[in-house]
Amino acid sequence: MAIETTSIKRETLEKLFSNWLSEGKRILAPKKLGDHVDFALVGSLAEVSLDQVQTVQSPKIAVFPRVEELLAFQSTDGNVQLRERDLAVLPETVIFGLRPCDAAAFASLKAIFDWDTPDKLFSARLEKITVVGLSCSRADEYCFCTSVGGGPGAAAGSDILLTDMGREDFLLEIISEKGRQAVRSVSAGLQPDAAMDKESRLARVTPAFTVEKISSVLAALFDDASFWEKQSLRCLGCGACAYVCPTCACFDIQDEGGASGKRLRCWDSCGFGLFTLHTSGHNPRPLQSQRWRQRLMHKFSYMPERQSVLGCVGCGRCSRACPVDMNMVEHMRAVAEAKP
Amino acid sequence: MEDLRNKARELLAAKAVQVVVGYGRGTGASRRAVFIQSAAEAGELLFDNACRQNLAVYLMKPEVRKLGKMALVAIPATLRTILQLASENQIQDLELLALVPDASGAVTQLATFAAIEAHVVLQDNDLSAAEKGELQKYEIMGMEQRRQFWEEHFSRCLKCYACRAACPLCYCSRCTVECNQPQWIPVPAHDLGNLEWNIMRAMHLAGRCINCGDCSRACPVGIPLHLLNQKLISEVYTHFNSRSGMAAKADHAMSTFKPNDAEDFIR
Amino acid sequence: MNADDIFKPYLMKIERVTEETPDVKTLRLVFLDEQEGKDFTFRTGQFGEYSVFGEGECTFCIASPPTRQGYIECTFRKAGRVTSALADLEAGETIGFRGPYGNVFPVADWEGKNLLFIAGGIALPPMRSVIWNILDRRDRYREITIVYGARTVADLVYKPELDEWAGRSDIQLITTVDPGGETPEWKGKIGFVPAVLDKASPSSRDTVAVVCGPPVMIKFTFPVLARLGFAPENIFTTLENRMKCGVGKCGRCNVGKLFVCKDGPVFTFAQLQQMPQEY
Repeated sequence: MAIETTSIKRETLEKLFSNWLSEGKRILAPKKLGDHVDFALVGSLAEVSLDQVQTVQSPKIAVFPRVEELLAFQSTDGNVQLRERDLAVLPETVIFGLRPCDAAAFASLKAIFDWDTPDKLFSARLEKITVVGLSCSRADEYCFCTSVGGGPGAAAGSDILLTDMGREDFLLEIISEKGRQAVRSVSAGLQPDAAMDKESRLARVTPAFTVEKISSVLAALFDDASFWEKQSLRCLGCGACAYVCPTCACFDIQDEGGASGKRLRCWDSCGFGLFTLHTSGHNPRPLQSQRWRQRLMHKFSYMPERQSVLGCVGCGRCSRACPVDMNMVEHMRAVAEAKP
Repeated sequence: MEDLRNKARELLAAKAVQVVVGYGRGTGASRRAVFIQSAAEAGELLFDNACRQNLAVYLMKPEVRKLGKMALVAIPATLRTILQLASENQIQDLELLALVPDASGAVTQLATFAAIEAHVVLQDNDLSAAEKGELQKYEIMGMEQRRQFWEEHFSRCLKCYACRAACPLCYCSRCTVECNQPQWIPVPAHDLGNLEWNIMRAMHLAGRCINCGDCSRACPVGIPLHLLNQKLISEVYTHFNSRSGMAAKADHAMSTFKPNDAEDFIR
Repeated sequence: MNADDIFKPYLMKIERVTEETPDVKTLRLVFLDEQEGKDFTFRTGQFGEYSVFGEGECTFCIASPPTRQGYIECTFRKAGRVTSALADLEAGETIGFRGPYGNVFPVADWEGKNLLFIAGGIALPPMRSVIWNILDRRDRYREITIVYGARTVADLVYKPELDEWAGRSDIQLITTVDPGGETPEWKGKIGFVPAVLDKASPSSRDTVAVVCGPPVMIKFTFPVLARLGFAPENIFTTLENRMKCGVGKCGRCNVGKLFVCKDGPVFTFAQLQQMPQEY
């Protein structure tokens, strides 16, 4: 559908919040928690923090929680009964106030979970989210959305995109049918507004590299061990980057609770040394440099080639969360400038 | 700063070390670890109040060890780490140099564990006044309050293990959390898994942690892990009169039996 | 596989447990739900995720041939948490199975050719599925040579079947054990698989070679096959990277852009030469 542009007053937005809640939807939005801002369930617009550059964690938790039950089993006298998840009880969730980069990330997650054999639990969760993005008026030195096909006011992935125009006014772009449904209850309060200059409100994010350049260099760079060693020398091999990343989807499967227990899916990271370790003791990626290379190659080479989508949206969370300042823009710029 | 750079140039040119692990420019105003392998790169070295990472973590990283003999730009916590690692037989005397810049920018080179010990006793190794204040505020809480305090904090834990990776004393090649026969600690980052993981992490550092604070700084979700460690440091000091990271040969409170130990459970 | 839910396992009853070596067992599994058993099909080379409820899942190939219907078999070494739990189970107990996953050995393409099977240790199971598949349609293939080695005589798996193959005139079977692994009664060869293969020097003419074994055996076997004149595209092997999901999502098993679980586990040596060394 064509994007429909209107404007909405903050008070109408507040009304919309209470309408969503009374329709039984959960609202997941950035919230100030101690000294950082992160996604949490909120009960009103007043609780939402709108002015941070980014939250610590990404909204992927709405479709790929850090722990989720895949199935339960009950064993009695040698008889096993399986209990599948009841997908009907998964909550309808409005993700409010996420940045355009985060909205774009759902396409990458979908590419991983839905390719070839769809993951029904993920699909069910994805079906139940409504994405209400908020354009960025500020960016920091970690942001690089414009290098990976996004932008501070990009609509892709959002059902609705808001831009804060100041003075309690928001530009509201309805991008999908889901978005249209989500604002139907306040449609009388929406005003067509051609005079709003969205561009003027957006952060400036200067492109640092091009995807074309990266793709042409990466495959040839694979065997340049010294390049990857140099890039990854200070990397400590934790999972902070992967866990805050809006597109990282590696997971582990763990049983718990004995013979009458649960099978759980939980986050995992290709940066961990034991991630690929065989039972025999053989490890295909024994070095941190190989694991760092895997992380970059997966996002910028394998995913584009296999699933026709980049595995990075330029949100910069990995770099902000990194205990040793592995700065993704910087590393990708070095890739772009490498001469394999 | 120039002293430090010159010292690095000198050591590298003389092949006294193969790498100087120090601080350089990071994103924005931050500082990050740099690995200077030639005199020509020594200009990248910086030293100021923003240099906070305990670079001794790289002593235990095989990829860095592989580079050869190391000179480590050391803040007070780094020196304590070196001694603690030495006391745990993880590093040998003379396998590294410590470069200690002082407030004026002058650099002291410490080449032996004995020299490091002599330097460390002159430092203030106790918790800082601010740290003591924070700990007191914590200790005022009753047991129930403390339980709630940690449950709330641990509920955010992602089990990304950044605390473990950033800790120079968490060097096990296979952490207890990765041992699954039996599965001591649940893998998933749910409430029980997080509680057990964090208690285990803290307990394995009891009597060993040298209070660099890198675990807390590494935590992406802001769990005040240093509080747990500092509480344990204070308990170990009170009950065993023992402080970690003070000597290259030392008995550790948690792994040493003494006939006059207060507890009688082991007798 | 279960089309509706990729993580829902079939419930399988252990019909028979065979102790192959002190730490290797073979389980014969039948579907608890008769209809599921009837609808289930797989092809040789494919694998599955076997689960002990409460302990977790582990990955092995299906070791029985698709030409024998009504059951599947798996052979595994007791090594980790799940295989240890699996090894403790007895006939009659229930386990989970997800699969079949992965690609297949192109046995139809091999009709009319000679086949050379080379296996080491616990890697005979994936090949056993192929071998029986071929033997059950013996007339479609020409000469069959099997070279199988293990560390010691005790470590040889499928001993009754080895005896059966040894007794057949339409198979040439060469068994070997590593030096020092022999018993006084041992009648086979003594030596590492690549060396034994080198000495036997089977012809590469109209022949497809299938190699399964530990990485080090494979590494030293490829050059021998090259010397014997095997073209890289006529050498097949399986990769056994660690995996959790089996369906290309969990992120563990990839070798470069290829997923061992989806694009493999069967690869030709020609393919391996094009792939990064991450296996």
